[in-house]
Amino acid sequence: MSASQQTPDNVYLQVRNVTKTFGHFVALADISLDMYRGEFICFLGPSGCGKTTLLRIIAGLEEQNTGQIIQNGVDISRFPPARRDFGIVFQSYALFPNLTAAKNIAYGLEQSKLSRQDIQERVQQLLNLVGLPDSGHKYPAQLSGGQQQRIALARALALSPGLLLLDEPLSALDAKVRASLRTEMTSLHQRLGITSIMVTHDQAEALTMADRVVVMDHGRIVQVGTSQEIYHHPATPFVANFVGVMNFMQATVTDQAGTVYWGSLPLALNHHVAQWPAGSSLTLAIRPEDVRVADAAAGAPSVALAHIEQTEFLGPTYRLHLRIPANGNGHHDVSLLADIPAQQAHHAALQAARMVPIQLPSEAIRVFAPEA
Amino acid sequence: MASTTTSSSAAPTVPDAVIKQRVRQSVTTEDWLIRGLIVLAGLWLLVIIFLPLYSIIYRSLTDKAGNLIWFANYATYFQNPALYGSLYNSIFIATVSTIISVLIGFLFSYAVTRTAMVGKPIFRRIVMLPLYMPSLIHAIALIYLFGNQGFVTKGFFGYFRENWGFDPSFDIGLYGPIGIIIGEVLFCFPQAIIILIVALSLTDARLYEASTALRASRIRTFFTVTVPSIKYGLISAAFVCFTLAFTDFGIPKVVGGDFNVLATDIYKQVIGQQNFQMGATVSILLLVPTVIAFAVDRIVQRRQMSLVNARAVPLHPQPNPLLDGVMLLFCMIITLIVLAMLGTAIFASLVNVWPYDFTLTLKHYDFGRVGGGGFNAYWNSVRMSAYTAVFGTVILFFSAYLIEKGKQLQWTRSIIYFISILPVALPGMVIGLAYIFFFNQPSWDMAGLTIPNPFNVLYGTMTILVIANIVHYYTVPFLTATTALKQMDPEFESVSASMSVPFYKTFWRVTLPVCLPAVLEIAMYYFVSAMVTVSAVIFLYAPSLKLASVAVVNMDDAGDTAAAAAMSVFIIVTSIGVRVLYELVTWGITRQTQAWKKR
Ligand SMILES: Nc1ncnc2c1ncn2[C@@H]1O[C@H](COP(=O)(O)OP(=O)(O)OP(=O)(O)O)[C@@H](O)[C@H]1O
Ligand SMILES: [Mg+2]
Repeated sequence: MSASQQTPDNVYLQVRNVTKTFGHFVALADISLDMYRGEFICFLGPSGCGKTTLLRIIAGLEEQNTGQIIQNGVDISRFPPARRDFGIVFQSYALFPNLTAAKNIAYGLEQSKLSRQDIQERVQQLLNLVGLPDSGHKYPAQLSGGQQQRIALARALALSPGLLLLDEPLSALDAKVRASLRTEMTSLHQRLGITSIMVTHDQAEALTMADRVVVMDHGRIVQVGTSQEIYHHPATPFVANFVGVMNFMQATVTDQAGTVYWGSLPLALNHHVAQWPAGSSLTLAIRPEDVRVADAAAGAPSVALAHIEQTEFLGPTYRLHLRIPANGNGHHDVSLLADIPAQQAHHAALQAARMVPIQLPSEAIRVFAPEA
Repeated sequence: MASTTTSSSAAPTVPDAVIKQRVRQSVTTEDWLIRGLIVLAGLWLLVIIFLPLYSIIYRSLTDKAGNLIWFANYATYFQNPALYGSLYNSIFIATVSTIISVLIGFLFSYAVTRTAMVGKPIFRRIVMLPLYMPSLIHAIALIYLFGNQGFVTKGFFGYFRENWGFDPSFDIGLYGPIGIIIGEVLFCFPQAIIILIVALSLTDARLYEASTALRASRIRTFFTVTVPSIKYGLISAAFVCFTLAFTDFGIPKVVGGDFNVLATDIYKQVIGQQNFQMGATVSILLLVPTVIAFAVDRIVQRRQMSLVNARAVPLHPQPNPLLDGVMLLFCMIITLIVLAMLGTAIFASLVNVWPYDFTLTLKHYDFGRVGGGGFNAYWNSVRMSAYTAVFGTVILFFSAYLIEKGKQLQWTRSIIYFISILPVALPGMVIGLAYIFFFNQPSWDMAGLTIPNPFNVLYGTMTILVIANIVHYYTVPFLTATTALKQMDPEFESVSASMSVPFYKTFWRVTLPVCLPAVLEIAMYYFVSAMVTVSAVIFLYAPSLKLASVAVVNMDDAGDTAAAAAMSVFIIVTSIGVRVLYELVTWGITRQTQAWKKR
C-alpha cells in the first residue's frame, strides 16, 4: 500500500465541521476529516450512515448546511461540481448507453482543447490502463459488469483529476470479479498515486484496499485508522462488531482489584480496571480467532471448560459455537465463538457435544468503558 | 453473544438554526440559463393555459356589455329547464357510457392479458383502430346502420324479406341518448383498454401462486387478487372515459337529434346565438366535473403503492378452454363491431346514393361539389398536425426535461409539473372558447391603464390552432416524456458536471438519443390527435383556414353525409399512414443508432 506522509503540509483534502440535514433528518453531524496526498481512504459504515452523502458533498453534488471543504489549500465549499477537480465512479457506473466505451471515456476530453488525435491517444492509453485495450468500440450493454466498471473508472480518470471518488464501485459485481478488481484497483492506485476516496459497506473491501479506513455510523465518524488499527483496536463496540466477527462479553468488576467476572468465569485483563468501582459493568470483546484451545486445566483465570454446541467448517478454520456452563451462584451460562485452525481441530478431534478447555488470552481482550 | 448489532449511539440531532442554513454554491452561467428556461416554461404555460382560463371564467361572470355581474349568468342558467336539462343529460350520458366502456374495456383487456386465447396480438391491434378515427366517424357509421335510412332500420333493404320471407328491420331510435351512448362507448372503450392492459400486465405471478396454494377458488382469487391489483387502473380508466364522454362534441352533434348536452349547448350559444357569456357559463359547468374527476384521480393515484417490485415474476396465463372460448367469442364480437363501423363508413363514402343506388363511385371524394373546404381543408389539417407534432414535441420534451432533471427552482418546477398534467381535465371546447376570449381581446383595461394584448396577432392564424392542440393534448405525452426521463440514470448529469460538460451538451448527446423512441411516440400522438380533433378547433379556425375534421361536421350538417364519410376516411388513412411511418422509423432507428440495446 502506498504510504503517504501524514504531515500537516501534506494534507490534500480537508472536511471541516460539515453538517448535512434532509428536512429534520441529520445525515451528517459535524464531520471533520483530513486526507493526505496520494492516500486511499475508505468510508465504511452500515447502510444509511451518510457515506454517500459525504462523498457527494465533497463532489459538490449536494450542498451542506454548514462546514467547509478545502482541497489543495483552496476552500471549494461554494464551487459547483463543474469547477471542482475530481473524477467520480458511481455504483450504477452511469455509462452513457448510446455511446461506445471509447466515446464515454472521451466525453470530458472533447471539452478540452485537445486535438482529435490527442484525444484518441489518451483514450487508448486509458483503455490500456484499465486492461481493456480492444473494447473501445463496444457499447456498455455489450460489456460485462466488471468491464463496465473499468470503463467508468477510465472515464473518471480521463481528465487526470486530483481526486478520485468511488461510490461502491464494486458492489454490483459478483464475488469473484469483485475480488480480482480489488487488487487491480489497488495496484492502479499505487501506480497513479491519485488521492482516492471509496465508499463501501463491505468491511473486507475496506480493510484490503484502504490506507486508512473512516468508519461511520449515524452521520458521525466513529473511528479513523489503518486497517490494522481498526481491526485490532476498535474504538467502540460498534466498530468492533462492524469490522470482522467479535464476541462481546458483559463482565462485572468485582471488589478484588484487577479481576473481572464474565458469568462465573474470572478473566485476567491487561487493562487497568481499578479505575472503575466494584460492581460496574464492562463490555469486553474478543475475536473468535483469538480464542485458544488451552493446555492449562480449567480453574486458572481466563481458562474454562466449554461445551461444543456446534461446529462450522469455514475452510482454513473451524468455527466452534461454545457454551461455558455456569458453576452455580446464580450465574448464567455464557456462550462464544472460537475459530480454530482446521488442522488443530482435527488433531484434537473437536466435535459437537464434546467438552474442550479454552483460554481467553488477556492481550487479546478489548475493554470498552461502561456507558456513562 | 457474538455478532449482536451494537450501534454506537442514537441518531444525532442539530439545532433548528442549522437545519435552515445552507452553504450555497455560487451560481454559474449555466444555472442562470436553466433558471431562465424554467421561468420561460412557466410563462409559456401561464399564457397558454392560465390566462385563457382566467378569461373564460371572468367572461362567465359578466354581462354582454362586460360589466361584472357575478353569478347572474349561472342563476339564469339554473332557472331555465331548457338549459339545465343538458347538464343532467351530459352527466347521464357520461355515466352510462363510462360504465359500459370500462366493463367492455376490462373484459377485453383481461382476455388479451390473462387468458390463453388465440389471436391476442391481432385483437389488440384492431381494437386500437378507433384511436385513429375522428369520434364523428362512429356517429356517421351509426347513421348508416341505424339511422332513418340505415341498413338495420330498413331491414337490409328488403334482402331478407325477399329471399327468406321475414323482415328483421329494427329501429333502435338512434337519434338521442341511445345513439350518443353507443357512439361514446365506441369512442371511449379503446382508451380504457390502453390503461387496463398496462394495469393488468403489471402483476406478480407469485400472488396468484400464493392464492392457489391457499386453495382459493378462481372466482375468489379474481376478487381478492386481480381486482385490488388493478383498482387504480380501473379508477383511471373510468376518469378518462367520463371526461371524454362528458365533453365530446362530435357524436352528440351528429346523432343527438333534439337531445341536448353541454358541449352542443356551448356550440349553439356561441355559434348560433352569439351569446358568449352563456357559452362561457356552460363551459365552466363542463369544466367543473372534469376538474373534480381529475383531482379525485390524482388523490387516489397518490395512494397507490407499487405491488410490483423488481423481483416480480411475470404471469403466464394457463389454458382454460371454457374461459378462453367465451373470451374469444367476446373479443371477436368487439373487433367485428369496430371493423363494421370502419367498413360502413368506407362503404358509404364509395356508393352513389345511399340507400337507393349502391353502385360504387368516387364522386364523394370530389369535395369541390360540397361545402367544408375540400382538399384545402385536408391539407390545412395535415399542416396543422405536422406543426403540432414538431413544435409540441420539442417544447414538451424540453420542458419535461427541465422539470425532471433541473435542480434549480424546486418550487417553480413542482408548480409547472402540476400545470403540465392539468390539461387532461380541460375539455377541448373550453380550451377553444377560452382562446377566443383571451386572444381576441385587443387590450385590457387595468386600473385606468390600457394594456395592448401582444398575443392578439395570433388570433385566426395557424399558430393559435397549433397552440390549442399542443395544450389540449399536453398531459399524455408529458407523462410519456417524464417516464422516459425518469428511467435514465440520474447520475448522468452528475458525471457530466464532474467533467465540466455543460448540461445542454449532455442533453443533446445522451438524453435525447436515449429518449428518441419516446420522442417519436409523442410526435406521432400529437399528429394523430390534431388530425382527428374537432372540439378544440371548431371555435378557432378562420374562414380562410378550414380544417378536415371540422369539414366533416359541416358537411354532415349540410346533409352531405357521404362526403363527410369520405373526408373521415381521408383522415383515418392519413393517421394510420403516419402510424406506419412511425413504426418504420422506430424500427430503423432501433437498428441503427440504438445498436447499444442489443447485446
Ligand atoms: N435526497 C435525500 N432526501 C432525504 N433523505 C436522504 C436523501 N439522500 C440521503 N438521505 C438519507 O440520508 C441518510 C444517508 O444517506 P446516504 O445515501 O449517505 O447513506 P449511505 O451511507 O451511502 O448508505 P448506503 O450504504 O445504503 O448507500 C439515509 O438515511 C438516507 O435515507
Ligand atoms: Mg450509498
